[in-house]
Amino acid sequence: MNPVLRTILQRLGLGIATLFVVSIIISLTIEMLPGDFARAVLGQSATPETVAAFQREIGLDRSPVVRYFNWISGVLRGDFGESYASAGSLAGHRRLVAEMIGPRLLNTLFLAGAAALIAVPLSLFLGFMAALYRNSFFDRAVNVVSLTSISSPEFFLAYILIMFLAVKFPIFVSLASITPNMPFLDRLHAIALPTLTLVLVIVAHMMRMTRAAIINLLASPYIEMSRLKGARPMQVILRHALPNAWAPIANVIALNLAYLVVGVVVVEVVFTYPGIGQLMVDAVSKRDLPVVQGCALVFAGTYILLNLLADIVTIVSNPRLLHPR
Amino acid sequence: MSESLEKLKLAERLVGRGKVSRRQFVQLALAAGFTAAAGEVMFAKAARAEPKRGGSAKFGLAHGATTDTIDPAGYPDTGTQIPFSGSMSNCLTEVDIAGNVKPDLAESFAPGDDASTWVFKLRKGSTFHNGKNVTPEDVIASFQYHMGEGSKSAAKSLLGDIAEIKADGPETVVFNLKAPSADFPYVASEYHMVIMPAKDGKADWQSGVRTGPYVYGEYEPGVRAHLTRNPNYHKEGMPYFDDVEFLTIADVTARTAALTAGTVHWIGRADLKTLNLLKRNPNINIVEVTGYGHYTLPMRVTEAPFDNVDVRTALKYALNRQDIVDKIFLGHAKPGNDNPIAQGVKFAIDPEPKHTYDPDKAKFHLKKAGMENLKVNLSVADAAFNGAVDAGVLYQQHAKAAGIDINVVREPNDGYWDNVWLKKPWCASYWSGRPTCDWMFSTAYAAGAAWNETNWSNPRFNELLAQGRSETDDKKRAAIYAEMQQLHHDDGGGMVIVFNNYVEATSKKIAHGPIAGNWEGDGLKLAERWWFA
Repeated sequence: MNPVLRTILQRLGLGIATLFVVSIIISLTIEMLPGDFARAVLGQSATPETVAAFQREIGLDRSPVVRYFNWISGVLRGDFGESYASAGSLAGHRRLVAEMIGPRLLNTLFLAGAAALIAVPLSLFLGFMAALYRNSFFDRAVNVVSLTSISSPEFFLAYILIMFLAVKFPIFVSLASITPNMPFLDRLHAIALPTLTLVLVIVAHMMRMTRAAIINLLASPYIEMSRLKGARPMQVILRHALPNAWAPIANVIALNLAYLVVGVVVVEVVFTYPGIGQLMVDAVSKRDLPVVQGCALVFAGTYILLNLLADIVTIVSNPRLLHPR
Repeated sequence: MSESLEKLKLAERLVGRGKVSRRQFVQLALAAGFTAAAGEVMFAKAARAEPKRGGSAKFGLAHGATTDTIDPAGYPDTGTQIPFSGSMSNCLTEVDIAGNVKPDLAESFAPGDDASTWVFKLRKGSTFHNGKNVTPEDVIASFQYHMGEGSKSAAKSLLGDIAEIKADGPETVVFNLKAPSADFPYVASEYHMVIMPAKDGKADWQSGVRTGPYVYGEYEPGVRAHLTRNPNYHKEGMPYFDDVEFLTIADVTARTAALTAGTVHWIGRADLKTLNLLKRNPNINIVEVTGYGHYTLPMRVTEAPFDNVDVRTALKYALNRQDIVDKIFLGHAKPGNDNPIAQGVKFAIDPEPKHTYDPDKAKFHLKKAGMENLKVNLSVADAAFNGAVDAGVLYQQHAKAAGIDINVVREPNDGYWDNVWLKKPWCASYWSGRPTCDWMFSTAYAAGAAWNETNWSNPRFNELLAQGRSETDDKKRAAIYAEMQQLHHDDGGGMVIVFNNYVEATSKKIAHGPIAGNWEGDGLKLAERWWFA
C-alpha cells in the first residue's frame, strides 16, 4: 500500500478516536457547569415550577449517561439534536443544531478563507524576502511591524481599524453584518475590516516561521554548494531551501488556519459578525448544551483535519518520511 | 385647563397631519387668549414637530442571543423585548409617558363590582397582520398561554391571581381574579402579555402574526430582525417608518462606532465612560431618562446580623449613595432612599428621614444594637448590575468611618442568580422596576413572594398590601401606599442604592416626543413612536 495513503487512513482513524474522546470530555465538562438552561434564560424570573417545566421538556430530568448515549448515537447518524431554545415547539419551528451551526460555520469559513487567502501568500512572501535580505532595513521593518501587530490584542487592532477606516474615513463599514442573500461583492466589502484585523494578527506568526525555517537551512552545506555553483539567491531559496522548509511552515499555517476557524470570537463580537464563535459563546452562557456540544465537535474536527493536512504536506515534501526504512 | 386651551393642545397634535389649517389654528389660539403672532409661532413649531412618514430605521440593541425566540414566554432582554413585544405586538393596555395605564388593544376597561373583576372591551375593527379580527378567544388563549401547569413563561407568577377568563359577547373579555387587584390593567400592559391569534384554542406564537405597528419579516436570532410597516395599524397615523431593522451589537464600542458611522440610528445602553465625547458629536443626541429600574443590596432579615433593625439602619446610613452615583455611574443615576418605588410611579413618596451618608447616625444605631463595630460579608458580581463590584468596594470605604468592616466577596458572574441571589445573606441585586406600588411590593417584598429577596415579613405591611389591592378610591390608596413605603424605608431589608438612568443615543435624523421611563427604548416602543425628522 502507498505509504501516504496508509498514513492518511491511520491518521483518520486516530482522528475519529480522538473526536470520540473529545465528545466524552465535552459532555463531562458540561455536566460540571453550574446552572442550567431554564435558569439562564429566565434569569431573575425563574421560579421552581417554570424551571421544572423547562427541564421536563428538554429532557434534563434524565441521567447524564443516558443523555450522552442518546446524543452520540444521534451524531453517528448525522443528527446533532435540537437546541434547547426550541423546546416544546411545533414541527417546523424546531431549531436543529445542524441548521444553527451550518450557516454560522459557512460565515466563519468565508471570513477565515478571505483572511487566509491574503495572509498566507503575504506572510510566505514576506518570510522569503526577510530571509533573503536578512538583517537589512527591510527585514527589520517587516519584523517590527508584524511583531507589533501580533502583540496588540485583537480587539485593540479592530478598534484602531474601525476608528480610521470606518469613522474618520468611512471607506469600510464597522458592522460586518451580512445577510444570506447579499451579493458577493457587498459581502467582501462588509467583511473587509475583520479580514484585515485577522490578517494583521496571523501574518507575523507565519512570516517569522518561514523566515526562521529558511535561514536555518541557508547555513546547511548543500545550500553552500548551490551558492558555490553560482545559483542566484532567489533560486537558492525557491529551489533548494524551500522544499526542505515546507514541513515547519505547513504546520504553522495549519495552526493559524485552525485558529481562524475556532478562535476569532473577539473579532466576531467587535464587528458583530455572525460566526460560529459567537454562537458557541451564546450557547455556553445560556447552557444550550446540544449547541455547545455540536460546536465543540466541529472545532475539534477542524483541528484534527488541518493537522492531518499539515502532516501529509510534511510527509510528501520529505522523501525520508515518504520512504521509511 | 380651560376648554379652549384643551382644544388648542389637540389642534397642535393634528397640525402636521394636515387636519388643521393655519387659519383655524390661529383662531383657536386667539380664543385661548394668545396673540395672533404667538399663534403663528406655535403653528410653525407644531407643524415642524409633527411626525413624518417614511424611511428605514436601524436600531442597535445591546442585547440578543442565539437562543432567543419570538415566543413571548421568554423575552429576557431588549434583544427580544423591543423588536417583538414593543414593535410587533400590542397588549390590552399600555403605560403612557406619565405612568398612567391607558387602553391599547382594549378600547376601554373597567372594574366590575369590586376590583376582583375586570371587564375589557376590545377595540372595534382591530385586526391581526393576517387580516383576522381580534376576538375574545385570542385574548383568552394569549393569557392562558402563560398560565397553568407546565407553563415555562417568565410571566407565569404575574398571572397567578387570575381565577377565570371568559368572553362576554364578541367584543368583551372578563377577568375574574382570586382576590381584588386595583392595578390589574397595569399587569395587562406587561410586555409578555402580547395578544396572539388563537389556533385550535391555543395561542399561536410560532407564526409571528401579531397586531402591532410592524409585521414580522426576517429574523436571525442574536443577529438581526427586520420588520415592515403594518398599513392597517389601529393607531391613527402610526407607525412612521416604512421598515425597521434591529441589530444586536453586544460590544459597546462597536455600538458607538456604528452610530457615529451612521450605520444605525439609535443605540441602547450608551457607554457612560465616553458619553461626553459622544455628546460633542454634532450628529448625535443623547437620550437620558430616569426609569423605574434600581439597584439594591438586599439583606436577608432572617439571618444574623441583619435580623436586627438597628444593624440594618446603621448599614443604610453608612453608604454614601451620592458618591456611588458620581463615581460608579458618572452621574447617570439618582441616589435611592431605600424606597423601591420610583418617583414617576403613581402614589410614590420620598420617605423621611432621608437615608444619606451619616457615619455618626450609623454608629448610633450600631450602639443601639449593642455593637461597637461590625464585620459583614457582602456578595457582589457584575452580573447583578454593571459596577456592582466597584460599588461594593466604595461602600467598604464609606462604612469604615462608622466602624463597620464590610468584606466584599467577589462572586462569579456565571450562575449568580442561581447560587448567590436569594441564598447569601447580603448580596447585590437589580430590579427593572414595576409601574405600580402594588406590583413592585407583591413581587419582591410581600411575605411568601417567590422573589422576596430580603425574606422580610412585616405583618402591617402585608395587611396594607391586601387593603390597597381591593381599594379603588385613589385618596385612600395614596395613604395606604405612603404608609407601606415608609414601613419599607424604616424597617425593610432592601437597600435601594440608586435608580439607574436609561442612557441611549440617537442620530439627529431621528425625531421623537417626550421619552417614557417605564422601560428602555421609550417604553420598548421607539419604533412605533419615533420618526425621521
